Amino acid sequence: MSKMNLTRRGVIQTGAVAGAAGLTLPTYLRADGHSGFTNAPEGSSVTLGFNVPQTGPYADEGADELRAYELAVEHLNGGGDGGLMNTFSSKALQGNGILGKKVEYVTGDTQTKSDAARASARSMIEKDGAVMITGGSSSGVAVAVQALCQEAGVIFMAGLTHSNDTTGKDKKANGFRHFFNSYMSGAALAPILANNYGTDRKAYHLTADYNWGYTTEEAVRTSTEAMGWETVAAVKTPLTQTDFSSYIAPVLQSGADVLVLNHYGGNMVNSLTNAVQFGLRDKQVNGKNFEIVVPLYSRLMAKGAGANVKGIFGSTNWHWSLQDEGSKAFVQSFGTKYGFPPSQAAHTCYVQALLYADAVERAGSFNPCAVGEALEDFEFDGMGNGPTLYRGEDHQCFKDVLVVKGKENPTSEFDLLEIVEVTPTSQVTYDASIFGGELGACNPGA
Amino acid sequence: MEAIILQVLNGLDKGSAYALIALGLTLIFGTLGVVNFAHGALFMIGAFCAVTLSRIISLSHEVVDETQTDFLGNPLKVEVPYVYDWFGQAAGDTIIDWAVPLSIIFAIPVMVAIGVLMERGLIKHFYKRPHADQILVTFGLAIVLQEIIKYYYGANPIPTPAPSAFVGSFDFGIMLGFEPNQIIYPYWRIIYFGFAAIIIGAVFAFLQFTTFGMVVRAGMADRETVQLLGINIDRRFTLMFGIAAAVAGLAGVMYTPINSPNYHMGMDFLVLSFVVVVVGGMGSLPGAVAAGFLLGILESFASMREVLNVLPGLNQIIIYLVAIIILLTRPRGLMGRKGVMED
Repeated sequence: MSKMNLTRRGVIQTGAVAGAAGLTLPTYLRADGHSGFTNAPEGSSVTLGFNVPQTGPYADEGADELRAYELAVEHLNGGGDGGLMNTFSSKALQGNGILGKKVEYVTGDTQTKSDAARASARSMIEKDGAVMITGGSSSGVAVAVQALCQEAGVIFMAGLTHSNDTTGKDKKANGFRHFFNSYMSGAALAPILANNYGTDRKAYHLTADYNWGYTTEEAVRTSTEAMGWETVAAVKTPLTQTDFSSYIAPVLQSGADVLVLNHYGGNMVNSLTNAVQFGLRDKQVNGKNFEIVVPLYSRLMAKGAGANVKGIFGSTNWHWSLQDEGSKAFVQSFGTKYGFPPSQAAHTCYVQALLYADAVERAGSFNPCAVGEALEDFEFDGMGNGPTLYRGEDHQCFKDVLVVKGKENPTSEFDLLEIVEVTPTSQVTYDASIFGGELGACNPGA
Repeated sequence: MEAIILQVLNGLDKGSAYALIALGLTLIFGTLGVVNFAHGALFMIGAFCAVTLSRIISLSHEVVDETQTDFLGNPLKVEVPYVYDWFGQAAGDTIIDWAVPLSIIFAIPVMVAIGVLMERGLIKHFYKRPHADQILVTFGLAIVLQEIIKYYYGANPIPTPAPSAFVGSFDFGIMLGFEPNQIIYPYWRIIYFGFAAIIIGAVFAFLQFTTFGMVVRAGMADRETVQLLGINIDRRFTLMFGIAAAVAGLAGVMYTPINSPNYHMGMDFLVLSFVVVVVGGMGSLPGAVAAGFLLGILESFASMREVLNVLPGLNQIIIYLVAIIILLTRPRGLMGRKGVMED
């Protein structure tokens, strides 16, 4: 457990960077009254910025993120049943806001577009005085907004972003990710796939043609090839593709007996639906049943794919059916307020909001450098993922990873995935240097 | 050889959708002279007709099952469709299973009504305005329609499966003497192609062999002369707008098992369908159909791994590339007539 107040390192970093940046930063960031960092809260309240997709293809996921943030604000201000604050191992949060200041929030619409997400984050920082930005459902957006927050001198608590790059080659000192990543999915999935489908398999990858797709394909390929699988082909598919038939039809001709769909959101729903239509799962190839794998699952996506997900393996950051005290408390709290269980996007966003607030309390300051230090190498429990470490080297959370499977006999529209294995942290941990990138120095802004 | 046959088959169903949408677009342009950018939205609304009927058929009441619990630990409320109560579980399941084909009956009057309403309520006010104004207003209408659908149905795709009898694929390879699994093709896509062929044939027959169709064709050729003969051509053209909307809607209904419908599916098809119309020749119905299938098949070939290894990204530009080549060599498109869109 890390206990932190405003430290010498933090103060020196603040002074040095503020001195250098003061000459170049816009006036709003250098306004009198700011106490050495961007948007220092002055009155009795503090403003957080929730930057989520409110329009566009991930709007439903964004709506769930926003619900989670609203619940977190309610709990931080002492309302509701307290949710995960009751099970969180750190007891710094008292339900009286953050450092005694009432938590208020503003929202932005990322539209799942990097430029729109940066514009909305900038607006929340410049016009609304947000001291922290959080949320999002895409790695492209996360990387873009993280870079903006680094420049502006506010903390970025990433929402749903699964690419290795977010805390790899594009990591920033002001950015922190609770969600797991592609490497972890590959490391968790491979042993389960080998156990269920054997080690003599030929895989065919269809990969979304953007950053997240590449890192996911690489992670799954590396992990499965280490188990003995052969990759017969890897084909990139345009992000805008809706009908994948021309990509799926040649799969059987290639001699592959496993299809890996490195797709997310609408891409995954459509490619999986097309693959099932082609009857791939009813085929026998190389004397084995043909199988399909979806490395990253979300319940909202599974709902879109319907019965097609039955029996298909994938990985997820969190699932509402977990039975630890933290997960049960969150499901109870969220379910009572909204009438349905939370998604993994909602969970990670809620947890990120609480982790930020807790770090501020422990640091005794909203100064992003002090908050960053409080988060670095912070170990905690009771948030639904078991014992977790916020690694200081890359600002990535390390915790158990869930391998899930589409449920054969769902009892409701939410009961679509079943947990097959909880992969221990040790199995998904990696050396921070393998993905390159530099955190750099934290930037407190003004 | 197997790969080529497979991509031709793939191109046929994609081309079917392009051809159906482009046919409707051409009908509207040929009769009313309107460039309708809301036509993709009509395709999307057709798909949501299937979603809506599927939900109506599946309307349920809750029965508490004390033996199971929900996510909050309360007794599980199980949804029991009313059709189970009315027809028994087996018959009820069959009705729910056949929701998509049944939606055809539901969608035709709904889409004709939407088409007529759209034409009378908005588009008629833009007949004498420049094509740019028509494009702007219909594109705006498309955005409004898709946002309405998103508000009521959400942003996520909604699974709308084909009847279970049509799940799986037909092995053309065995029929043609190849190894098993070399040329497989989903049953529903075969049905989609057949359905598109029937609709296209029916529209052509309607225009060719009925008095109504003859008047419409005469109106397309010389509107003023037909009006001078005392025929109310405007009313017939309004109905043609409704028929074009129904064609797009039916294409959407039958497409739902191929890709789960979502609010922006119309936009995904709209631009490509316009390219199809331009390549086929503005105002040419056979041109629209021929270009739809041609571009669908070419797009499938461009997605082959062997092609992408040599020319990465070709699949994303092939349609536009072909359009450029055809327009350079045949400025009026494949079957375009002189004088159309040339003033």
